[in-house]
Amino acid sequence: MEALLRLEAVETYYGEIHALRGIGFEVRQGQVVTLLGANGAGKSTTLRTISGLVPARSGRVLFEGADITRLAAHSIARLGLVHVPEGRRIFRGMSVEENLDLGGYSVVDEGVRRRRRDAAYAMFPILAERRNRDSSLLSGGEQQMLAIARALMSEPKLLLLDEPSMGLAPRLVQEIMRTIRRLNEAGTTVLLVEQNARVALRLAHYGYVLETGRIVLAGEADALEKNESLAKAYLGGGGSKPERAAAG
Amino acid sequence: MSEAAVRLGRPGWSIRRALGVVVLLAALAAVPGFANNYYLEVLSEAWFYVLLCLGLNIVVGFAGLLDLGYAAFFAVGAYTAGIVTLRLGLSFWLSLPISVVAASIAGVIIGGPTLRLRSDYLAIVTLGFGEMVRISVRNLAVTGGASGLVGIERPTLFGYHLDSIGAYYYVFLLLAVLGVVASHRLENSRIGRAWKYVRSDEDAARAMGINHAMVKLAAYILGAIFAAIGGCFYAAKMTAISPETFTFNQSLLILLGVVLGGRGKIPGVILGALVIVIFPELFRDVGSMRMLVFAISLLLIMLFRPAGIWPEKWR
Repeated sequence: MEALLRLEAVETYYGEIHALRGIGFEVRQGQVVTLLGANGAGKSTTLRTISGLVPARSGRVLFEGADITRLAAHSIARLGLVHVPEGRRIFRGMSVEENLDLGGYSVVDEGVRRRRRDAAYAMFPILAERRNRDSSLLSGGEQQMLAIARALMSEPKLLLLDEPSMGLAPRLVQEIMRTIRRLNEAGTTVLLVEQNARVALRLAHYGYVLETGRIVLAGEADALEKNESLAKAYLGGGGSKPERAAAG
Repeated sequence: MSEAAVRLGRPGWSIRRALGVVVLLAALAAVPGFANNYYLEVLSEAWFYVLLCLGLNIVVGFAGLLDLGYAAFFAVGAYTAGIVTLRLGLSFWLSLPISVVAASIAGVIIGGPTLRLRSDYLAIVTLGFGEMVRISVRNLAVTGGASGLVGIERPTLFGYHLDSIGAYYYVFLLLAVLGVVASHRLENSRIGRAWKYVRSDEDAARAMGINHAMVKLAAYILGAIFAAIGGCFYAAKMTAISPETFTFNQSLLILLGVVLGGRGKIPGVILGALVIVIFPELFRDVGSMRMLVFAISLLLIMLFRPAGIWPEKWR
């Protein structure tokens, strides 16, 4: 299978801080791949580097075989690689519909935009009910759905999701994860960053574990779930106890 | 029930609003029929500042950028008109397209290097740009040095010589109205939406495919064009221009109009522009204390209405 996304020895700095120390991995067409790791491991930086929000100092990012390392963020988004940043980042004070229109910004044809908006509403009926409501009045889960729906407006081939479960009640986490599975089944490839490793591994096909800017572990999601050192570090002891990594 | 009422109420309300606008414009157009020259002078200046404030509002209000050197674009327009008519001996009307080109170039010059900057740094660079333009026109031969350009010919339109204050009252009223219409259309356009997105979350906007650099540059250029066109007619009205018109204080006054009225909100910005022109005139009786009274009023307004007198709703 051809890799949709491929990173080769990517190094990223924030000023003097060496955030990514030679990251290499791939995401295959049709998969859900998860990046796991503690706070500050470089998960968000990896996504920000892929989507062009921060420049890589060295290494290469390949999307559909083409080198996108030096492309501007908006050009990358227009190729169909769309990043849903951490913390949802919806546009407060704008309605649900206006937020969706932002996602369809590069779609000039109003008819196409309307069709995609209807598709997004079909996927998230709760957003259709709230379409004219100020988006800052939505609940946390609804805001996360809006952030994902907004990204879907550009019909992405690859969706980068940064901590979609953050700050949500367990029931909503399950709902978001179900949504991601549905998206994936509909053909969208997903790269998912999560602190909630257990939830992410249940959904993903493949996983990578990051530690201080390096990949320290990789494998099929099932195998990672059973991996003892990972279990100790990120999954906590018992299943029902709150997870240590998710607490941060 | 209430939803139906709102739906039904809408068209009636907008007809009423359209009527209101027509009546207001008719009333404003009738002013030269009875007002004396002093009132016409003050009101012309007010319309002129409405145009300038609306132009700066594109940058500061819509796009959320800072510009402390906006008077430079006003200078570009005024000096273009002066040079085109005096030095090149061409028609005043040619100075309009030329000043639009010149302002666009100036907009790129100021916008280009500032795209990566935010807040305080942006303030310093735009302030520096404003001073550079002023010092340049003060020292160049073509701009007449410190004494400026004198004897700019007043233009003729359809055989009518624009040489009275009444004529310029209409010129600036028309420019202000065009400025309002253009601002309104820009605000609701594709680029207008892009400005709001970039303003509220630049990274999220970029991740959604918006070219933030082009979007910001467009704001600087469009804002510059408003000021440049205003500047051309300012030169025609005054017939003389000098560098001292385009100081930092001028930039600050225009910014004050925008912030005071409510940046991003067109009616607010109009109000702000009227306040900065008309308030000091109202306090003329206070004599030398008038600027102090003006300053205190401004402080009070900002204390009680920090987002402006008539702010944008969702900020």
